[in-house]
Amino acid sequence: MTFAEQLPIVLRSLNTGFLQTLRLFFVTLLGAIPLGLLISLGTMSRLKALKGFLKIVVWIVRGSPLMIQLLIIFYFPGLVWKNNIWGSGESGRFLAASVAFIINYACYFSEIFRGGIQSIPAGQEEAGLVLGMTRTQIFFRVKLLQMVKSVLPPISNEIITLVKDTSLARIIALQEIIWAGQAFMKSSEGISGAIWPLFFTGIYYLAANGILTLLFSRLEKKLSFFRA
Amino acid sequence: MAVLEVEHISKRFGRTEVLRDISLSLEKGKTLSIIGSSGSGKTTLLRCLNFLETPDTGVIRVNGETLLEMPDAKNKRQRESELRRKRLHFGLVFQSFNLFPQYTALGNVILAEELLAKDTEEWKQDKAAVRKRIEEHARGLLVQMGLEDRMKNYPHQLSGGQCQRVAIARALALGPDILCFDEPTSALDPELTGEVLRVIRDLADQNTTMIIVTHEMAFARDVADQVIFMDEGCICEQGDPKEVFCNPKEERTRRFLSRFMEE
Repeated sequence: MTFAEQLPIVLRSLNTGFLQTLRLFFVTLLGAIPLGLLISLGTMSRLKALKGFLKIVVWIVRGSPLMIQLLIIFYFPGLVWKNNIWGSGESGRFLAASVAFIINYACYFSEIFRGGIQSIPAGQEEAGLVLGMTRTQIFFRVKLLQMVKSVLPPISNEIITLVKDTSLARIIALQEIIWAGQAFMKSSEGISGAIWPLFFTGIYYLAANGILTLLFSRLEKKLSFFRA
Repeated sequence: MAVLEVEHISKRFGRTEVLRDISLSLEKGKTLSIIGSSGSGKTTLLRCLNFLETPDTGVIRVNGETLLEMPDAKNKRQRESELRRKRLHFGLVFQSFNLFPQYTALGNVILAEELLAKDTEEWKQDKAAVRKRIEEHARGLLVQMGLEDRMKNYPHQLSGGQCQRVAIARALALGPDILCFDEPTSALDPELTGEVLRVIRDLADQNTTMIIVTHEMAFARDVADQVIFMDEGCICEQGDPKEVFCNPKEERTRRFLSRFMEE
């Protein structure tokens, strides 16, 4: 098969894989941002037990490889309870991968959010309290936007890393883009021993992160109307 | 009748006694200046009045209503909403302004009043009308502060003096019984203190009840109806400004004032 003949076959396969990559990316983002915010509020809570528990969770999750976490979350229920709670096939793998990624990224996000919230001067909270605002109102109406502005650069870093980290889900055979590219190294759809499809996946990641970088610089510009 | 009565307030941070048995009272429409060196407890006293700190002992009464009565232990279970209502008797202008950076000057003044209005029946019936009334009120206050052409500016676009005047308008918006100032000009460049002192003086002329912690001695003497000199957490001397400034009875007051007069 000539390269010209291989190209459409490979692209179709890579596109399908990339769709799964994007799915995992967006699900992780949607889950990890709110969960990360909750964890960050928990680690700043006055309840010592909650605070201690969350600190340990964050330590474990940040301190061990995501790849191991994926394996444990995927296989553990089946090994211990003889019950695969994730369901079978690709959808089961996707569910397990989503849970692992959401927990992992939420922990990283939580530390960034905590830094962002704690960098807001105490005077902001005090000004709100003196004006009779509740702590909830102060958080949403005063602190949140200042926090978002200050965490934007580190968060954009994490999000760009997330795009690439989705490839780790290959370890539980999630059919994302690296998995799709790798298939052609052995044999797939009449193509065998081809490594270039794997190299080609890099272009997808670059394109996705190019768009994200533009999006973040636009967001930063949007928030430049005020200075903290 | 005294609008504010403070009786036997004490406060310690760890082993340091910051306030020792402070008692004072303030008549409606009068201005009280609190002077004293750094660390004498002036700011802590203001923060206690605004419930940013909880005194260990003592009573605070506004218009005869007891806001705080804690014979010994701190009562942390005071309900938040109750606390918020009580807070509104006081307004506080901070040394470092503490404006909300993501709101315009007008937005800063409107925010709290609008949030409070959301609990009312009127809000449910006609939001637009309530919003309009609050905005008009805020605009009026900013005009009074001489900021009619600065309403749409964000804090970082304003000078320190303008920021502090926005902060004063914001504190006035909720109509506090007593407006407190915590060294309102200490963070300002010298050439900007005048504009802030001028609006405070105007407020005094309009019989706004105020407590002003300040290092501006001449201002304290001219504007206040009553002066308190604090030293090491105690009220060392209090009385009519002319008496305290020109004829201090206490040696410590004399020493403090002479340091300032030399400058």
